[in-house]
Amino acid sequence: MKRPDFTQVAEFVVGDAQADRMVPPTGITARLTLLSAAAMAFLAVFALALSVATGRMAERWGDELARSSTLRISAPADQIDAQTQAALRVLEQTPGIASARALTDEEQRSLLEPWFGPDLPVETLPIPQLIEVIEDGAGYDAQGLRLRLSAEVPGAVLDDHTRWRQPLVTAAGRLRLLGWVSIVLIFGTMAAMITLAANAALAANAQVIAVLRLVGARDSYIAKAFVRRYTLRTLGGAAFGVVAGLVAILLLPSAQTAGGFLTGLGFQGAGWLLPLVIPPLAAAVAFVATHLAATRTLKELP
Amino acid sequence: MIELENVAMSYGGGELLSDISLQLAPGSFHFLTGPSGSGKTTFLKLCYAALTPTSGQVRLFDRDVRAMDRDDIALARRRIGVVHQDVQFLDHLPVADNVALPLTVSGRDTLDETVNLRELLNWVGLKSRADALPPELSGGERQRAALARAVIMSPDVILADEPTGNIDWDMSQRLLQLLVELNRMGKTIMIATHDLNLIRAAKGQVQARVLRIAGRRLQLAGADL
Repeated sequence: MKRPDFTQVAEFVVGDAQADRMVPPTGITARLTLLSAAAMAFLAVFALALSVATGRMAERWGDELARSSTLRISAPADQIDAQTQAALRVLEQTPGIASARALTDEEQRSLLEPWFGPDLPVETLPIPQLIEVIEDGAGYDAQGLRLRLSAEVPGAVLDDHTRWRQPLVTAAGRLRLLGWVSIVLIFGTMAAMITLAANAALAANAQVIAVLRLVGARDSYIAKAFVRRYTLRTLGGAAFGVVAGLVAILLLPSAQTAGGFLTGLGFQGAGWLLPLVIPPLAAAVAFVATHLAATRTLKELP
Repeated sequence: MIELENVAMSYGGGELLSDISLQLAPGSFHFLTGPSGSGKTTFLKLCYAALTPTSGQVRLFDRDVRAMDRDDIALARRRIGVVHQDVQFLDHLPVADNVALPLTVSGRDTLDETVNLRELLNWVGLKSRADALPPELSGGERQRAALARAVIMSPDVILADEPTGNIDWDMSQRLLQLLVELNRMGKTIMIATHDLNLIRAAKGQVQARVLRIAGRRLQLAGADL
């Protein structure tokens, strides 16, 4: 593979002052290109934030909840201890389970407290015993464990959280997909807008192009004058849009305090650097779009 | 330099030129006449590859036009100076920059050529108008600026399409004078015009051949003009 030639990139950015003057400055198209690049970059920041946040959410729900399950033992009061011991034995022997622990009375009381108040005499009530099961990395075979429990501990009900966790993880995954689709659409729209703007500029400058061709300018020379202008404009507009988008996200009220269940829309740690990819990407899109438009237009001229 | 061999050109079914053969020898001076619409401009466009012939061969500097890509044509045009009937400039740049445009687009350093440029503008009588914008120029000034632009690269051939079309007789004479001087410097000149007085005026100063397009064909006109 050919190594990218950075001197060429540098030359492109610095530009040829003479070539730049060939194309007359166009006020309104320039401002519109800047504006649409900025707007699209602003939206891209939010789409990116959405994708990243939902990705984080899906991971958290998928990961943390998947690692813990609950075993509920409902049995007559005199059998409950024996069944709990039996269940713990079974769990200890099950591969894939890192630890299993019966909740103490205090813990069970604190779980029930929001519903029944602090003075509930838990000991006197026939409430089921809960066992917290923590998986190791590999996880266990829930179906097999259920079968074994039903044989040895008839009062045990295994709740591995899959039933209510799965739809949430799926929803978060879809939301993330939606975020990425939005990003693709945003860049596609940006490419379309820049192509339209470049085509308008090429059409408006038909005389300039004809004169340049007549005096012996190569297509690449003419195209470069247009491509450079639109690429730098898009880069500038997108940079502005990204900064505005990041400021807007910083100003969002934090959702973290309301509960760790929902994650805030935003970036974390190194994720804040992710939107910085948007301006160069937008510039690349503009480069390709203008280049194609210019090459196509020039081919049709004598 | 420029050779046409059995060239035919048709537009949308109708044939405008047919069976045209011509060789432009270095240092020759040609006039091209014929009624309006007879195909003078089309003929010149064939000579600088703005058009490709429908049949026959056009060779620029010994290369077949059909075998040349767009960059080859751009390079060939640096050796052919063209003055159009309706001269076009980059209207946002001053006259001096417009005249220097062929240097700029071919990547030559215009600073090195500043002296040449000033001399050239002086020669066409536009020294005082160097900083004017093209739309501010009169018809004659535009034609002279176009001529200066056409010759700044010191091309081998100069093609002029009705260069005196929009200007008065005195100015036509001056322009002709410039072209004659260029011819004496060894440049090949081809002027399309229907101004017979201009041709007569030139005959006294230069060995000019007169070509006429009539009935779609190119003929060598007699010396009886």
